[in-house]
Amino acid sequence: MSIPREQLSALVASFMSYSAGHLPDDVKLRLAQMKEIENEGFAPDIYNVMEKNMQLADSLKRPSCQDTGIPQFFARVGSKWPYMDIIEDALIDAVKEATAKAPLRPNAVEVFDEKNTGNNIGTHSPWIDWEIVKDSDELELYFYMAGGGCSLPGFSKVLMPLEGYEGIAKAVFEQMTTYGVNACPPCLVGIGIAGSSEVAAKLSKKALLRQVGSHNPNPKAAEMEKLIEDGLNSIGLGPGGFGGKLSVMGVNIEQASRHPATLAMGMSTACWAHRRAGIKIKPDFTYDFFTHKGAVL
Amino acid sequence: MSTFEFKTPVSDEDIKKVHIGDVIYLTGDIVTGRDDVHHRVVISGKEPPVDLKGKAIFHAGPIMKKINAEGEPDKYKVISVGPTTSMRMEKAQAEFLEKTGVKIIIGKGGMGPKTTQGCIDNCAIHTIFPGGCAVVAAEEVVDVEGVEWLDLGMPEAMWRLKAEKFGPLIVSIDSYGNNLIENNKVDFNTKREQALENLKGKLSYME
Repeated sequence: MSIPREQLSALVASFMSYSAGHLPDDVKLRLAQMKEIENEGFAPDIYNVMEKNMQLADSLKRPSCQDTGIPQFFARVGSKWPYMDIIEDALIDAVKEATAKAPLRPNAVEVFDEKNTGNNIGTHSPWIDWEIVKDSDELELYFYMAGGGCSLPGFSKVLMPLEGYEGIAKAVFEQMTTYGVNACPPCLVGIGIAGSSEVAAKLSKKALLRQVGSHNPNPKAAEMEKLIEDGLNSIGLGPGGFGGKLSVMGVNIEQASRHPATLAMGMSTACWAHRRAGIKIKPDFTYDFFTHKGAVL
Repeated sequence: MSTFEFKTPVSDEDIKKVHIGDVIYLTGDIVTGRDDVHHRVVISGKEPPVDLKGKAIFHAGPIMKKINAEGEPDKYKVISVGPTTSMRMEKAQAEFLEKTGVKIIIGKGGMGPKTTQGCIDNCAIHTIFPGGCAVVAAEEVVDVEGVEWLDLGMPEAMWRLKAEKFGPLIVSIDSYGNNLIENNKVDFNTKREQALENLKGKLSYME
């Protein structure tokens, strides 16, 4: 095996293991803010258990949730990154290593054979989403552990334009009051708007990679994020669906141009234990673990 | 709202004491079982490999690690074990209670009318462990006694756990037909309609 491949896979494996047990800075901050507000009913007790869990996961070096998801990477590869050929193999090696060492739960079930492969490697697993970043020599890598519970509310569909943006809001509200209760709220809600269902679905997942509390640069989209967030919070799902003053950590919207005759929407949710991790790796394998400031791998 | 400490085997008298919103800490035998265990017992009609009477079923797919224990080649330790979405088992849960004599279901989120009826008929309850708190739960498991049906894979196998003051378990369905999460959903749906009403005219980006 080549040296760069070994270096990259070892780095990514420790990055994955660390992020299984530690929430990103923005999520921790938002949960701490929400805990202050949620001071009635079951909510304070649940927030206390959540906090204890984060502390134990850190001190015992364990995955904070048993469901470490089906491995999924979002790679933004600089056009001048020198090791283009080895990325995919290195990521597969990293998944194997992290699954054994972290340990992560083996979640890859082969479709039709209906067998768990036992090491998270399978057909298109890990799933890798590729983007090329021009004039960059860095590899920017996101790893996201989405469990089954918070993946269940996910859907995409194509609305007729006359249903309007209110139609999108209505579908999101309905999904959150049915499936959202089981998705370990408070969730981060990702919404994609585009011309076809698969683009909208993908954008809804990418919306979850954006920071909690960030805003879409388009003022109308940012307004819609706020309106849906406030509306969902007024429902008061509370932590775990036990009721409370709030429902969500936030709402992030991403968009692509639509077809004049279609208004496609996608929705993805992230549970409160939103294990999203991002790292920028330079050609000499020094790195910036930008979602978890101060973390040492 | 009251707090109880129960030990397995849990009796009908214990179950009758509790109502939705009460909190239980459970000591004793808990087995994990999710989609495939329910499929095997209810749909394929296989006998459960261990007696589950008076015990608890935990909707959970743990991360387990094999450890080196003298004389016990297949000894495991629990690394992380939190609840999974209970609603996935709705189709089979009532019949599972009937067949096994399980008294306490542990999971997350609510369950539906079939399970509510199953809890009345079998004097059983559904409880919720806070979702995502899998290391807290793992630390309340004192021993992994063994595993059945490991051919289903690590998350789906039936793990036999010994727990000590396992909780908080918030009672969401009691043996009297009350369903906490369904009650909450009625409230959420009313508020949702109000929230949608408030949005009217505010998202008119098409001219």
